[in-house]
This record gives sequence, C-alpha cells and structure tokens, in this order.
Amino acid sequence: MAMSSRKLTVAIGGIVILLVFAYLIWGGIGNNLVYFLTPNELWAKGPKAYGASIRLGGVVQAGSIRWDADKHELRFRLVDPSGATRPVEVESSGLPPQMFSEGIGAVVEGVWSPDSVFHSHNLMVKHSNEYRAPPPGAKPAEYYRELFRNQQS
Amino acid sequence: MNAWIGHIATLVALLVAGGGAAAAFFAGRTGDARYMQGARRAGVLVFVLVLIAFATMERALITHDFSVSYVAQVGSRTTPLFYTVISLWSALEGSILLWALILSAYTALLVRWSRRHYTEPNGDSQVPYALGTLLAVNVFFLLLISWPANPFRILSPAPLDGPGPNALLQNSPFMGVHPPLLYTGYVGMSVPFSLAIGALLAGRLGTDWPKRIRRWTMVPWTFLSLGILAGAWWSYEVLGWGGYWAWDPVENASFMPWLTATAFLHSVMVQERRGMLKMWTITLIVSTFLLTVLGTFLTRSGVLASVHAFTQSPIGPFFLVFLAIVLLGSLALLAWRSETLESEGRFDAVLSRETAFMINNLLFAAFAFVVLLGTMFPLIAEAVRGAKVSVGGPYFNELSVPIALLLVFLAGVGPALPWRKGSLELMRGKFRWPFVAALGVAVLLVVFGVRQPLALLTFALAVFAAGLLIEEFATPARARRRNTGESLPLALARVIGSNRRRYGGYIVHSGILVIAVGIAASATFRKEAEWTLRRGTAADIGRYRVQFDSVWAVKEPNRDGVIAATTITTAGQPFTKLYPRLNYYPTAIEPIGTPAVRESLREDLYLVLMAYTQDGQQATLKAIASPLVGWIWLGGGIVALGAILALWRSRAEAERQARAIDRGGEAVRHTAPVH
Repeated sequence: MAMSSRKLTVAIGGIVILLVFAYLIWGGIGNNLVYFLTPNELWAKGPKAYGASIRLGGVVQAGSIRWDADKHELRFRLVDPSGATRPVEVESSGLPPQMFSEGIGAVVEGVWSPDSVFHSHNLMVKHSNEYRAPPPGAKPAEYYRELFRNQQS
Repeated sequence: MNAWIGHIATLVALLVAGGGAAAAFFAGRTGDARYMQGARRAGVLVFVLVLIAFATMERALITHDFSVSYVAQVGSRTTPLFYTVISLWSALEGSILLWALILSAYTALLVRWSRRHYTEPNGDSQVPYALGTLLAVNVFFLLLISWPANPFRILSPAPLDGPGPNALLQNSPFMGVHPPLLYTGYVGMSVPFSLAIGALLAGRLGTDWPKRIRRWTMVPWTFLSLGILAGAWWSYEVLGWGGYWAWDPVENASFMPWLTATAFLHSVMVQERRGMLKMWTITLIVSTFLLTVLGTFLTRSGVLASVHAFTQSPIGPFFLVFLAIVLLGSLALLAWRSETLESEGRFDAVLSRETAFMINNLLFAAFAFVVLLGTMFPLIAEAVRGAKVSVGGPYFNELSVPIALLLVFLAGVGPALPWRKGSLELMRGKFRWPFVAALGVAVLLVVFGVRQPLALLTFALAVFAAGLLIEEFATPARARRRNTGESLPLALARVIGSNRRRYGGYIVHSGILVIAVGIAASATFRKEAEWTLRRGTAADIGRYRVQFDSVWAVKEPNRDGVIAATTITTAGQPFTKLYPRLNYYPTAIEPIGTPAVRESLREDLYLVLMAYTQDGQQATLKAIASPLVGWIWLGGGIVALGAILALWRSRAEAERQARAIDRGGEAVRHTAPVH
C-alpha cells in the first residue's frame, strides 16, 4: 500500500526533528566531556589537551606547596602515582581542604594551558568513594584538638 | 538469633513469592479462582514476612547486635538512636531490604484492590497476571537479599562495636525522609508496570485499563516527586556548595523514571479520552519501570562512581540479567499485542489539546533520552574507546533548559486548549490577558535591572502559563457565581470539588511553575564569596554584612564539632546570627560541614565554615546568597497538594467508576455492595 502524502509529511518531519535533536546531543556531549587523566597521560597528550576540561589525579609533590594568602591562590605540583615522572604545575584558587598536604592523593578539575600550568577551579583530596575508616597514619582530629587545648588554657 | 530470624523470613518470603507468582499466572491462564485465592494469600504473606525481616533488622540495629553482618557494617554504639534507626538504609544490603519492604507493601495493596476488581468465577485475567508479575518482581529482590546482598550473615565472633553509618549520611535528618520517599516512588512504579504486563497478557486493552493504571501511577509519582525534591534539599543543606542538583548519576537515575512517568500520566489521558497513543502509553510505563531497574543497576553495582554509590558489590550481574529479561519480555509482549494497540481515534486538528499532549510527550521523552545518554556515555566511551570520561553538567543544562522552558509554556497552554479542535478566536480571547501580564512582568524586570535573557524568558513564560491556569479556575467559578449567586470563594471551591482530578492536575502544574521560577532565579542570580576573617571583622555579600565573632569546639557522643559564630546585619540593622560548623566523625577522613542557612522565600543566605586557625582568632567562610531557592521547596508542597486533590475521589466518583467497570462486564457483582 502506498503511503499517503499526510503520513509521508509526518515521517519526513519526524526524521528532520530526530536529526536536529541527534546533532544537538552529539555537540552537547562533545563540548562537555571531562577527561580523567594522570600527569603521565596529560604529558602524553601534549598540546591536544590544552583547553579541554580535565580531571587530573596525582600525588602532591613534597616541598611543592606554596600558598599566596593575599591572592587566595595555591600552587603545587602533582606527580603521577605510578612513579617519578615530570610533575604538572597546578594553580588553584581558594583555600584547599584541611586534609591537603604533601604526599597526599589529590584530584584537580580545570584546564591545562600552553604555559604548562594546570588551572584548577576545584581541588579535592582523593579518598575513594567507598566508605572506610581513615588509615592509621591519618589524624584528622589533631587539628581541632589544638582548639580544645586553647579553649581550656 | 536476629540473623537467623531475618534470614529465614527472607528465604520463606522468597519461596512464598515464587509459589504465589506461579499460582497467579496459572489462575490467569485457566481462570481458576482457587489459584487466585492462593496467590492473594501469598501476596499478603510475603508482606508479613518481609515486615518481620525488616523489624528484626531494626531490632538488631537498636540493640547493637553486632553478630548480624549488616549491623557490624553500619552500626555503632555511639550513634544517636535516630540515626541508628535510619542507618538501615545507609548501605547497599539494607537499602534493598527497604526496597523489598515497600515492594511487598504495594503487593499487599494490589491484593486488597484486586478484591474489588477481580471477582470469581468470571474474573478477567488481567488482575491475576498483574499480581503474578508483581510477585515475580518480589522474587528478584528477595533473591538479592537472601543471597548476594544478604544483610543477615552471621559474624562469629561478633565484633564489640561497629564504625557507624557513613558520616555523610548521619549528618542530616533528611536521611530519614529522602530515601523512604524516593523508594516509595521508585518501587511503586512496579505496580503500573505489572498492570500493563497483565493487560498485555490478558489482551485487555480496551478503554478501561488506563483508568486502573493511572491512579496506581499517580501515587508513586507523587512520592517520587517529593523524594527527588527532598534529595535536592538534603544536598543543599549538607553538601556545602549551595546547590541542589548536580546531574549526578544517582540524581539522574531518580529523574529519568519521573520524566517517563510524567509523560505517561499525560498520554494516558489522551488514550482515555480519544483511544489514541495506546502503544506509546504502554511503552512509557514499561520504560519507567525499566529505567528504575537500570538506575538501580548503574548506581548500586559500582559501574558508575557517584556520591551516592555504595561499595563495589556482586549484584551487578543479577541486575543485568533481570534487566534483560524485563526488556526482552516486554518487547516480545508489545510486538505480540501490537494489533490490539492500534489507535481508535485520530487527530482532528493541529490546534487541540491532543497536539499539546503529543508535544508534551515528545519533550518528556526527549528529556529522558538526553539524561539517559549523558548518564550512560561514560560507560559507552570506556567500552568503545577505553577513555575515562564524564559528561559535564553544562551538557545537561544546555539541552534541558530549552526543553524545560517549552514544558513550562505547555503547562499553561495545554489546559487552555480544548479537545479535538480549538478555534483561533477562542485562543485569542484566552491568551490576551496572560500575554499582557507576562509582557508587563518582563518589562518591569528589565526596568529593575534584570538583563539575563534566559531568566527573563523563564519568568515571562511562567507568568503566562500561570495566567492561563488562573483563567481555568476563574472562568468557571465566575460563571457559577452568576448562575447560583454563591460567593466567589464558595463558587471556586465548588468548581474545584466538581472535578478534583482536573483541578488537582492544574494545581500540580502551578507548583511546577513555582519550582521553575525558583530554579531559574537561584541559578542565575546567585552570589558567592569566600573570605578569611579575623575575630570582630566583617565582609559584605549582596545586602548582608557578615561579621565573624568567634570559633569554638564541642564534644558530642558520636562526633566532635567546630562551630563558628557570625552576626549578620543588613543596612546596619541586626538581621540574624548564623553558626556554620564542621563535624569530625571518627570514621571520616575529612571533616563534614553543616552549612548554616537563613532561609526565606525572598533569598537564602548560606554560610559554610571552610577553615579556622588553631588559636581561634581567624576563620575562612564561604557565603552564598541565592534568591528564591525556597520557591523550589514551596513548589514541591503545591505539587503534593495538587496530587492529593487529584487522587482524592469523592464517594460519588468512586461509585460512578465502579459502575463503569461493572458495565465493562468484568466485575459482575450485583448482590454485593460496591465498597
């Protein structure tokens, strides 16, 4: 049976809407992907990674933390957790989480610029989503205990 | 002891549910009412058994019986009683136990309902098939808690104490509200799914099945709406970023079935009125259930990381198999019955309510697809290209904002359009003053300095839609006053009472408009600042001046806290005092904050304690001022009120419906009373 012209119009209209919609979704996803990388993978990507949204996970290099109190700006270097390689210089605005320290795993979200500085807008101390008790070494309580002592004195 | 009782109760419930499902399907095939009787008893018994298991777990938690594996996982002697009670759903196994409880409660309700809608010996087979399907879903979840996610494993020797629930989850009383509401909505979608499968199996796809299924969808839909909003509120009050929605996979998992269920509630009306969109309607309700299962799989099996995701667990493959069975089974059934699902009516005119419903459905389906794709894309990318990626929030915002704006527009236009064929003159009359009002509001906002086009558009569309909805109430109320001489409020109440379902629906629409305005305003005009302040000094955000007074530490049984005191003034006048705090749980690596929020319908002031010095002289505070956030929660309340009104049938309506079903020839019962 031949398709009536009405059905044909509806079918063509539907296909056009679908194509436009698919194009919008495709572009929308493509422009908003966030890549999960380590410092080694970032160097491997090189200039291709400039400007893309990246979530960079590594270990805070010992002796690399500098805090600029006036500009509320933090600078440090992240090294690949797999071993000693070229570190990535990170610049992050705002105060880091209280647990932030040398040697800790950290994840930064932001963009990498051609001057080889990673500009982070979000800094997270890495702890797995999985819920578990702190490792024996970590002592989150130490800090505020001092406040207790000061209150008593 | 507790472990034994709980485990045996779930095992017996599993067997009873399996037997009941078999009996119900047999009753559907043969029409043998004795088997149906057995299946009904099984349904009630499953509920009682799961209730026993649930109560046993609560008892084990409250009495700190650490020989029960789940208690050892989430319990602690120092956790306050309230959080101990709700810790039942703070991890995977317990949350599936809650799921099973709600599912079996719905099953018992369906059994109760079936007394009226299935009468031996000539009962139709939809009800038995539906009960069988629902019991089969019970079997799946009972299988999970009796085997791979068994919360009642015995620990020997029993530990002396446990770690307590996840610190994030014992930081806010919302944890007592949000999961039960959400689950009641989520799990409830199994009932309309079962009724749809029952209708397909029985071949009963006449005009009456939408009525049956609609109310069974309205109830979980209302709970799901409130559950999603409660989750947003929880996230706002606890997570300390001043937002309420982050397109997190778990949020998406709850939102996708809401979208398809909402589409269903609309398309079912077209089917009821015009006998159109049958195939589409049934596909929507099946998809809703599939999306709840998919969402649970994505977020409970550890394939996607999320703030809500529990630990890696072995239940993933079980969900995949279940998902595949449901998907293939439903597709096969739909294909088999496709001829009975042919449309009876056809479109008469482009300008009609049918068209509005059609566009509404396409938008909701597109919305669900956008969210589904964004949620699944990381999985696809990793499988295809091996790249670890996530889809950023802007993707969801870019695509959902235009869809949501069109839906806001339709929320007013749809109800204003008549069925079958509208005329341009009629529309011109109806649209006139809402259009003028929308334009007026937009101009006023521009005059007062609002320049953001999306926010302006949202406000104007919301005012336009609200104007159209007000006309739907006002026009008949005025007509009634003219005819009866009643006062306007009385006439309005009578008009609403005369068709609660319709006007309840319009009240739900108004609530959605209020939510849309709240989201647009709080997302567009939010101000944020972060300062490090010494004692006695102050900083400004918007119209507020925040002064840092002091910071001190407190000891509590389950945690320690650091509290900052601040004094807020506006234009030199005292406004309020806020006490943001940081909480240190023995089991959490990082402190968890409790932001202090001064909530009002006009604007929320939100303070987070970020850091402090050990001498207590200095503190870093984050301040967020966002207008109209409260409208989102207010809108949720309006949605709930409207939904209750729509569900609340008068005795006359109930009798009318019962008679209509009797005429349908399925419940021939002349001697017995209807109730």
